[in-house]
Amino acid sequence: MEPLSQAEKQAERKASTPGVGQFIRAVSAIIWKDLAAELRSRELLSAMLVFALLVILVFNFALELDAQARASVTAGVLWVTFAFAGTLGLNRSMAMEKDRGCLDGLLLAPVDRSAIYFGKAIGNLIFMLIVEAIVLPVYSVLYSVNLFNPGLLLIILLGSIGYVAVGTLLASMAVQTRTRDVLLPVLLFPLVIPILIAAVKGSTGFLQGLDLSDIRPWINLLLVYDVVFIAVAFMVFDYIVEE
Amino acid sequence: MIIAVRKLVKRFGLKTVLRGMDFSVEPGEFVALLGPNGAGKTTFLRILASLSRPTMGQVNIAGYFLPHQAAAVRRSLGVVSHQPLLYGDLTAEENLRFFARMYDITNAEKRIVDVLGMVGLASRRRDLVRTFSRGMQQRLAIGRAVLHDPDVMLFDEPHTGLDQDACLMLDTVLQEVAARGRTVVMTSHDLARVADLASRFDILSRGVITASVERSQMDPNNLLAYYRQAIAEG
Repeated sequence: MEPLSQAEKQAERKASTPGVGQFIRAVSAIIWKDLAAELRSRELLSAMLVFALLVILVFNFALELDAQARASVTAGVLWVTFAFAGTLGLNRSMAMEKDRGCLDGLLLAPVDRSAIYFGKAIGNLIFMLIVEAIVLPVYSVLYSVNLFNPGLLLIILLGSIGYVAVGTLLASMAVQTRTRDVLLPVLLFPLVIPILIAAVKGSTGFLQGLDLSDIRPWINLLLVYDVVFIAVAFMVFDYIVEE
Repeated sequence: MIIAVRKLVKRFGLKTVLRGMDFSVEPGEFVALLGPNGAGKTTFLRILASLSRPTMGQVNIAGYFLPHQAAAVRRSLGVVSHQPLLYGDLTAEENLRFFARMYDITNAEKRIVDVLGMVGLASRRRDLVRTFSRGMQQRLAIGRAVLHDPDVMLFDEPHTGLDQDACLMLDTVLQEVAARGRTVVMTSHDLARVADLASRFDILSRGVITASVERSQMDPNNLLAYYRQAIAEG
């Protein structure tokens, strides 16, 4: 292998001076890597999916409710399912980075470290949305509830973004400890309570056909929460992952 | 100097691991950093690699200061540790392609082919890394570390867990890496092995460099005696 000349090295370093372009390329590289690895192993998606389906099945048998009562608990059951399955995915996703020291490999790259956060978070969001896309029709059939409501889908998207934004940040903190499997839910659930409340209220509002003005505060809360936690993660991720 | 460290201190809570350490390396040197367990070798390399923040002191690599110019420092560094830092569910080629994108390497495909040839894994490029032996993973880890043609290579006990044949093969790759004029800093417990590789031996004991000697100034066969004496005096 021929080493690069000094001129070639300087040209390459100049071309790859940290900027928006390099940031986006690093984020997309991490997303591609996570999807490619998952396509091979199917560890993360299968675990999340089986767990989510089991949760809605358990609820289906545990809550012997009439049609009206079922409609009223739908949002709660769905968000409990998404939250639990999401935790499983977040843990697994960061454990994959830690097991072979891959997190260090990522941290050694000459990019702004928040690119690593965004890459991992978008990857986690994709996995969570895939699981949700499978769970929703199954739930519809089991509970005889029509869930194909654009407003509900918007709430699910906003809630998932907030959940993953906080979850990825905390998972990267928890993964450095020996008790990561236990620590993540202990740290995560208290912090995502505002998201879960807003998501459940908003989802229930759309399912019960409430006026948009009644639901808008919950949508606003989700939006604010998403923006605040993405901004916080952008600022603190570097300190969290560095010793 | 390509690496200049002044009065480096690293504390983890109440425990002080590095106690005002000074260290410098000229371009092209191959420095073996030796010391007993707990001396602070890995902590020191992690600080050089910008994976750990110094508590106090000054670290300059290739003209850039840590931690403020960490991204520029990382571009000048290739790091190999006892863990491969590779994804088992990706092939050798995919791993290198991923890191080429992270380092924003131009002409990446040609570099990947060259690197795989250098570490002797061209025929296994489409195999998943999890199917590789420990020695093959370590060679690929070196390939990953030299992919962006760094000026400085940091090796943290790269021979750990390798059998004799794999160690010999790794030594060949290490010699090739060093022969290209790169600066190398390597930690190791295996004195016999580094005696043949390094051009300078620094002994780290209780968080400071207690002794430093050029290979040309001593008989490499006496390295063990020299090491024991430096540790005892340190």
